[in-house]
Amino acid sequence: MKAYNIIDHEYDVVVLGAGGSGLRAAVGLSEAGLKTACISKVFPTRSHTSAAQGGISAALGNMGEDDWRWHMYDTVKGADWLGDQDSIEYLCKEAPKAVLELEKYGVPFSRTEEGKIYQRPFGGMTKNYGNGIVQRTCAAADRTGHAILHTLYGQALKHNTEFFIEYFALDLLMKDGECKGLIAWNLNDGTIHRFRAHTVIIATGGYGKVYYSATSAHTCTGDGNAMVLRAGLPLQDMEFVQFHPTGIYGHGTLISEGVRGEGGYLVNSKGERFMERYAPNAKDLASRDVVSRSMSIEINEGRGVGKDQDHVHLHLSHLDKSVIENRLPGITEAARLFANVDVTKDPIPVVPTVHYNMGGIPTNYKAEVLTMNGSEKTVPGLMAIGEAACVSVHGANRLGSNSLIDLVVFGRAAAKRAAELVKPGTPHEEISETETQKCLDRFDKLRNAQGDNSTAELRLSMQKTMQSKCAVFRTEKNLKQGVDEIGKTYDGMDSISVKDKSLVFNTDLVETLEFDNLIRQAVATVDSAYHRKESRGAHAREDYPKRDDEKFMQHTLAWCDGKNTKISYRPVHQSTLTNEVQYFPPQERVY
Amino acid sequence: MVQLSLPKNSEIKKGKYFKDKTGSKNLRKVNIYRWDPSTDEGPRIDTYEVDMDNCPSKVLDILNKIKNEIDSTITYRRSCAHGVCGSCAMNMGGKNGLACTTPHAEIDGDIDIYPLPHLKVKKDLIGDLDGLYKQYQSIEPWLKNNSTKETTEIYQSKEDRAKLDGAYECIMCACCSTSCPSYWWNGDKYLGPAVLLQAYRWIIDSRDEERKARLKKVADELKLYRCHTILNCTNACPKGLNPAKAIAEIKKMLATANV
Repeated sequence: MKAYNIIDHEYDVVVLGAGGSGLRAAVGLSEAGLKTACISKVFPTRSHTSAAQGGISAALGNMGEDDWRWHMYDTVKGADWLGDQDSIEYLCKEAPKAVLELEKYGVPFSRTEEGKIYQRPFGGMTKNYGNGIVQRTCAAADRTGHAILHTLYGQALKHNTEFFIEYFALDLLMKDGECKGLIAWNLNDGTIHRFRAHTVIIATGGYGKVYYSATSAHTCTGDGNAMVLRAGLPLQDMEFVQFHPTGIYGHGTLISEGVRGEGGYLVNSKGERFMERYAPNAKDLASRDVVSRSMSIEINEGRGVGKDQDHVHLHLSHLDKSVIENRLPGITEAARLFANVDVTKDPIPVVPTVHYNMGGIPTNYKAEVLTMNGSEKTVPGLMAIGEAACVSVHGANRLGSNSLIDLVVFGRAAAKRAAELVKPGTPHEEISETETQKCLDRFDKLRNAQGDNSTAELRLSMQKTMQSKCAVFRTEKNLKQGVDEIGKTYDGMDSISVKDKSLVFNTDLVETLEFDNLIRQAVATVDSAYHRKESRGAHAREDYPKRDDEKFMQHTLAWCDGKNTKISYRPVHQSTLTNEVQYFPPQERVY
Repeated sequence: MVQLSLPKNSEIKKGKYFKDKTGSKNLRKVNIYRWDPSTDEGPRIDTYEVDMDNCPSKVLDILNKIKNEIDSTITYRRSCAHGVCGSCAMNMGGKNGLACTTPHAEIDGDIDIYPLPHLKVKKDLIGDLDGLYKQYQSIEPWLKNNSTKETTEIYQSKEDRAKLDGAYECIMCACCSTSCPSYWWNGDKYLGPAVLLQAYRWIIDSRDEERKARLKKVADELKLYRCHTILNCTNACPKGLNPAKAIAEIKKMLATANV
């Protein structure tokens, strides 16, 4: 192997990822006086937080009475009781503070007549523990994620955060089960950088691109998740993949739940508002797993629309023109560009589309990464936040607008915790060269790969397998086939090929490294799904249609060594953080 | 007489030609600017024959198709693929735009794809936006308000909030600034339409308490007044925003306000 010249850096804390959670953490760390580096493979405002549309949940009560306990109940129920209630309590109680803070940072929220932050109804968000709809989702028109991301980047600039932009992270540096830093590749000039840090915070987002049709960006490849797997640590609840009910048919572009929040509804080929049958109370505002399953049943039973009867229609032309203009301008543009539809006249063709990963790196509510070694243990020096993390507040199914609040609440919590744990300027330990060498060996091997399989072909094969074998509805047979096919695709890596051998902006190699990351997560996902023999939230098994609290009120933990997995379980936390709220025991979940 | 000639690395040569291998009857020629800094070679134009029967509607779909099926070495930025992240800004058929929202059917004849004009090129279609990002930082894009109340928001009327529409939506793709001849000439000093639109977004935010200081900061012969209302910026914006108007508003405020 050719020797790579390594440039060394020392920081108190390194944040990997510059989306909503990474930026919020970086701001908090800079405020706390910790020397912080924020590393990202894209310029911060290109992160996928920018694509979030509908809003950010918080029981502000600007549009009628609200209570963070109601928000907590909704989140517990939305999660189908797989969420850890101590973390959910923390999320919902901290949410109003976090949103007000964003407002002070300058987020251009839409406003009420009194000049307060405007809030809209959203799926699964109710008042008084499931009795009626509440307006809890704070919105900046239908560009809330964009508004928050750009504002947080501004705050990071205000605090002089040190950014390393267009650096692609390769691996964590581990020593005796502790994280000591990471290695990254600078795409701008091709150099390799080793960052030593007392704490690494992973904020690399989801891995939607393991599927063929996803609302996710091309860059949503879960790089941090895969780094954790390679470090010998587990990922949690990977079988829980959220299908958003309304991705544009054929293209996958997200159409916000805010459309249904503002009064839009779904219709089948018979012109029926079919959600009335599946969720008599919440109707089109039932939680996402419920709506996506209902749509799939309508399509499977022959009531889909279009030439192939394989999608349904989302109507909003009945809405007041000013509502569409002022509150839904972004989706109006998206529908025109990607479905050729004028929403004031025609419905949007939509289909359930992969949107969010509830699973990820297991953490507690302080964002510290967990592993199981007899009992729950934290991994010193390692934290995870945002979609990369599985706190777990979303459990088996996330409610719309709970992801943006997750980003800022836990981004803030991570900074707070790191400030408690790390004393600024503490000297760094020596780490052996073996870790660095192991990482660069993998990098060099892929860079010089000269096999017969193109990265694009392997990726496509993985995506098609996941789309057909690990979809909205799952069966033992399908999942078994999925496990085998993903295993074969994994083996295809042995003869992968990379044509571009250079080091500056070698996106051929970037895509190959991303595929290496994706395929490991595909393995973890399909294997975790195979082993969970029940239906809960987004994981719907046709052969096990009921929730099984006796066996599966547990988080799945998956360790992967290549394509070989070890599956184990960790009990769901069945207590709250404080006495301000009582534990919500499991109930039947109806909307 | 003085002989003027372009530096060697500015001469664009004819590059490789990738003939169709699918046997498609519906082909289009796609010419792509290529330059690899790790070789000594100058820039070239590679030509690809692309089967349009199996290609979705946008220019980004063509690029992805080429990268996935024909030549994995072509290099460009892309991320969200639906016009919100601003990564895939480039020059297509002579016009700046986002590859993910530009329909290839709108381009006649061969499809020419170049990096955004007048930027240093990092590789192939990837332009160097570091200068623009520094200028963005220079306008201090954060709210300046001394309110310390933790329990309530800073109130803003619907009317005041509406003033931010058309400004806060900017995705910093740089299509506007890199289409502006004034920015081409004075890009190191003139802030350009993208950054001035952002400056305007904070100047008119009713919650901000530093309006005067912000106005003073941009009131500069070079930073602001290099705008000669050419309006290429407004034509180029893929989000339908109007940076030229924002610049005019700033000039108007400076002309009428006591700054």
